[in-house]
Amino acid sequence: MTWHTRILTYIILLIVTVIVILPFIWMVGTSLKEPGTVFEYPPRLMPQEFFWHNYSRAWQAIPFARGFFNSFFISLSITLGQLITCSLAAFAFARLKFPGRDKIFFLYLATLMVPTHVTMIPIFILLRLLPVSLNSLFHTAFWTSNLYIGNIYIGKPLGIDSYFALIVPFCFSAYGTFLLRQFFMILPRDLEEAAMLDGCNHFQIYSKIILPLSKPALATLATLTFMKAWKNYLWPLIIANSPDLMPLSVMIQWLQGLHTTDWTLLMAGSVIVLFPVIVLFAFNQRFFIRSIQFRIITY
Amino acid sequence: MRKKRQGHSQTSAGILFLLPNFIGFLAFVFIPILASFLLSFFNCDLLQTRNILTWHFVGLQNFINLLGFSAEGGAIKAHDPEFWSFLWNTLFLMLKIPVVMILSLGLALLLNRKLKGRVLFRTIYFLPTICAGTALYILWRWIFNANFGLLNQIINKLNMVGVSGIPWLVNPDWAKPSFILMNTWLEMGGINMLIYLAALHTIPRAYYEASALDGAGTWDRFRHITWPLLGPATFFVLIINLINGFQEGFQQAHIMTQGGPAGSTTMLSYYIYKQAYVWNHMGYAAAISLILFTIIILVTAASWKYGGKAVYYK
Repeated sequence: MTWHTRILTYIILLIVTVIVILPFIWMVGTSLKEPGTVFEYPPRLMPQEFFWHNYSRAWQAIPFARGFFNSFFISLSITLGQLITCSLAAFAFARLKFPGRDKIFFLYLATLMVPTHVTMIPIFILLRLLPVSLNSLFHTAFWTSNLYIGNIYIGKPLGIDSYFALIVPFCFSAYGTFLLRQFFMILPRDLEEAAMLDGCNHFQIYSKIILPLSKPALATLATLTFMKAWKNYLWPLIIANSPDLMPLSVMIQWLQGLHTTDWTLLMAGSVIVLFPVIVLFAFNQRFFIRSIQFRIITY
Repeated sequence: MRKKRQGHSQTSAGILFLLPNFIGFLAFVFIPILASFLLSFFNCDLLQTRNILTWHFVGLQNFINLLGFSAEGGAIKAHDPEFWSFLWNTLFLMLKIPVVMILSLGLALLLNRKLKGRVLFRTIYFLPTICAGTALYILWRWIFNANFGLLNQIINKLNMVGVSGIPWLVNPDWAKPSFILMNTWLEMGGINMLIYLAALHTIPRAYYEASALDGAGTWDRFRHITWPLLGPATFFVLIINLINGFQEGFQQAHIMTQGGPAGSTTMLSYYIYKQAYVWNHMGYAAAISLILFTIIILVTAASWKYGGKAVYYK
């Protein structure tokens, strides 16, 4: 590469960098302006004096701490659920022979193409009707009651507005099973046969041999699942009725509904939500990108 | 004898290992898909106040109402004109796909060169993809603000074409192009670029060295080596984007425009949301979701049928 193509390349890359970064700077700049000054002329990207008060205003406008907890708790539970159920099923598909195995696996594959909208509607109806039905079946009011720990509302036992409905439907992924099965298939069988001769049972082979060897695949599935769960919007939007159960994605939309044009407040809220994500990505970017590339290969 | 016993233990173990996932798969994937098929043949309303489901069988009526036309007074009129206009919106927004693909390829080609700081550039370009979500869409609603948004302020400053700013999200003609612009910004350094980067890594350097000896220029090398060898990647990116394109768009529209102005940013996914969860027409919503499913099957089938011929495999 000659020196002038090198310089030209850098110039283009820098221009694109500015285009990508500018909205983020604008967000931070707005969040630091005094509420009235965003409508002043001439406009400026960054205010001369930082007005930090927007952040405390945003923090007090909605229960952000609860939102962070919900996003974290829901995403972590879904991730753990998928790691357990998918790795068990993937082990069965990859390493055990039983009648109907390949037919069931084909059934899993066939559902990969189905849009989430198709499955969401019946699950939503089920979750709406189930608590009332359980109540009349067992002659109680428990299934529609509000649960508390101390005086903290933790939703209903199941159905609409429950952690159950936010977490459990996502714990069984056909894609996750597929991804792990592909990885388990390429692990050598020698170790397994040796362990078998030593008297290990299937569960010991799964937990002591297959899982430790599959750390990269498990980490990939965990990263992808966590990211997807963290970003989930439509499902928590229709399930979480009370602010106490909203993850951040829905909670900050709620903030927007309360303060539609209070831009300094909204931008402060956006910074609060995005800052941890950006920091986490910046320090683990190789890992994130490797996970996503792994997904591309196994598509 | 011994083999048979092992077979038995494998069967029972297989069932035990599979069971936790399989129960969830049945309950939350497989049975709901069947239920959606059933629902689409019913007029099925979920009464908001009392959690009561009312239904009666209507056969194919939902699909006829969605897709059907009638000729009244000489003019052909769709039974559900909204469905067709929302399908049009969905297709229109997919205009972003070629733009994003070209930019992703361009950035991948630049980042594939031996440069200092390329990991940093790649990280920055990927930032919007990582941040995509409610907060970012609120930011873009502010960027598109007609009076004080970033874009119109830049336009004012440059004093371009004598306009005093573009009515980005408030004008039905401009709302869809606004979304295309935002998504181009969002996706140009995202997953598409990573796919292209991965594909570029697989092209042997020797090909370029040989062509350099033959005196081929940069464009010739791209035209005759890079582009043909990227065929499978391009095809893959296109299919993935098409399949996603039909399903996405709800979150952005719900946060930035509520599907407006005048329904101009309502996509099929938004229509399903409204029918199902706002108006409680579960049967009709299930029918739309199945049409979406059918479209995705058709795209996938077409890609299998014609994919092999359209691209160059090594």
